[in-house]
Amino acid sequence: MNVFDIIGPIMIGPSSSHTAGAARLGRTALKILGEKANYALIEFSGSFAKTYKGHGTDKAIIAGILGFHSYDERIKDSLSIAKNNNLNYEIKTVQIPDTHPNTARMTLKGENSECIVTGASIGGGNILITNINGLDVHFSGDHTTILVIHKDKAGAIAEVTNYIAKANVNICGFNLGRNKKGGMALMTIEVDSEIPDSIIQDFYKIESVIKVVLIKKL
Amino acid sequence: MDYKNLKEIANLSIEQNKKISDIVLIDQSKEMSISENDLYKKMEESFDVMLKSIEQGLDKDLKSTSKLSGGDSYRMLEYSKNNPLMGTFLSKALANCLAVSEYNSSMGKIVAAPTAGSCGILPGAICTLFLENMCKKDEAIMSLFTASAIGMVIAKNATIAGAEGGCQAECGAASAMTAGALVEVCKGSVENVLDACAFSIKNTLGLVCDPVAGLVEVPCIKRNVGCLSIAFSSANMALSGIKSKIPFDECVLAMKEVGSSMPTSLKETACGGLATTPTGLNIKNMLFGE
Repeated sequence: MNVFDIIGPIMIGPSSSHTAGAARLGRTALKILGEKANYALIEFSGSFAKTYKGHGTDKAIIAGILGFHSYDERIKDSLSIAKNNNLNYEIKTVQIPDTHPNTARMTLKGENSECIVTGASIGGGNILITNINGLDVHFSGDHTTILVIHKDKAGAIAEVTNYIAKANVNICGFNLGRNKKGGMALMTIEVDSEIPDSIIQDFYKIESVIKVVLIKKL
Repeated sequence: MDYKNLKEIANLSIEQNKKISDIVLIDQSKEMSISENDLYKKMEESFDVMLKSIEQGLDKDLKSTSKLSGGDSYRMLEYSKNNPLMGTFLSKALANCLAVSEYNSSMGKIVAAPTAGSCGILPGAICTLFLENMCKKDEAIMSLFTASAIGMVIAKNATIAGAEGGCQAECGAASAMTAGALVEVCKGSVENVLDACAFSIKNTLGLVCDPVAGLVEVPCIKRNVGCLSIAFSSANMALSGIKSKIPFDECVLAMKEVGSSMPTSLKETACGGLATTPTGLNIKNMLFGE
């Protein structure tokens, strides 16, 4: 946390948690998808479900999925912009148990891929991503974050972190989630500094690695 | 620094004979790996957005998307010119506070401080001091670093989200941040800053978040004004040398406890308080027809 988490963000109103945070959730999901989204299913839970219309949370999250920042003055008109950009969307309200009051589950589909991202807007425009494609994660987007989906196999973490060490980049957060022993696993690695894009190619050289997503600091 | 309590930051400030804002600027420059000058410039950008939001929000014809609010800041500004009850300066501060809050409700560009729902309080006080030539621009901008440190301590020990802690976590936090910043701009001591922040928390403790129709409009806009007034009274008391019996850091822990025991219906869900009064429900039905 730094001073601009408190005096900031500079954003489009009316609600830091329900507008700015929602835009950041959408933008993060888009980055995880890694391509233009053609379809988005947004499921709002908790306070999001009860008050999204009043706060423009739907407009903000769709704006994020269009790639807009939380200070973009086009947020107001994002629903019509989505239509003009062939982004079809559905908004539903659900109850996702044991989650933060401001939680959204976003199912995005692009030309080549799809993803399901769950995250919460935890106040002051800050967010926390908690689940990707059924795997538990825990990152805020405050740091550059690398997601590595891989086969759960001995040595996978060492191989990945070895490349990061070679790039002389410091890891400041690490989390591993897996669905079952020997199944799919997801590494969430947060780093202190810029990371060269070429590192992604390096990761793909590792046999157990399936997909790598680099999310630059939001 | 870990911003776990304000007393430690205050002690550092006394030891090094520096303002809290100087200590925070130096620390954050290291933490964020950017130069002190760049960090100051970034804060200046935020200050300039605050000034712009006052200017835009004072527009007589401003209306929120729901049409529920807009135009009150203009009304207050006009009144401030005509021998107002609270004096010209405070009345202008109220008008500027309303302006930023109303501009936020109309999906305008604002600086969350610490949140959008509470964005009018800090500029209402600090920008007004600057606009009325009561302080220099750099003093106003530096005081925002002190406000940030106070906000960080609250966020780390309690919360700044209405959905978790009610309005005390948003407008209450903003009130404490503003009171501390005011004391620093008015050349009060570090102890005065701590006391001013404590007074603000004590006076906003238990404030619920009950937005009508779930909108950041009723009662949020006017609650910004109420909490601005609390910030001014708190700073005033502290500058006079009045002490808080309960230290600020303990007030923050009380805020957390009060927030945890507050029912969900009063934490930004629009399921209680003013939101479910007959008029509150009528407004909701009128806007969303459900």
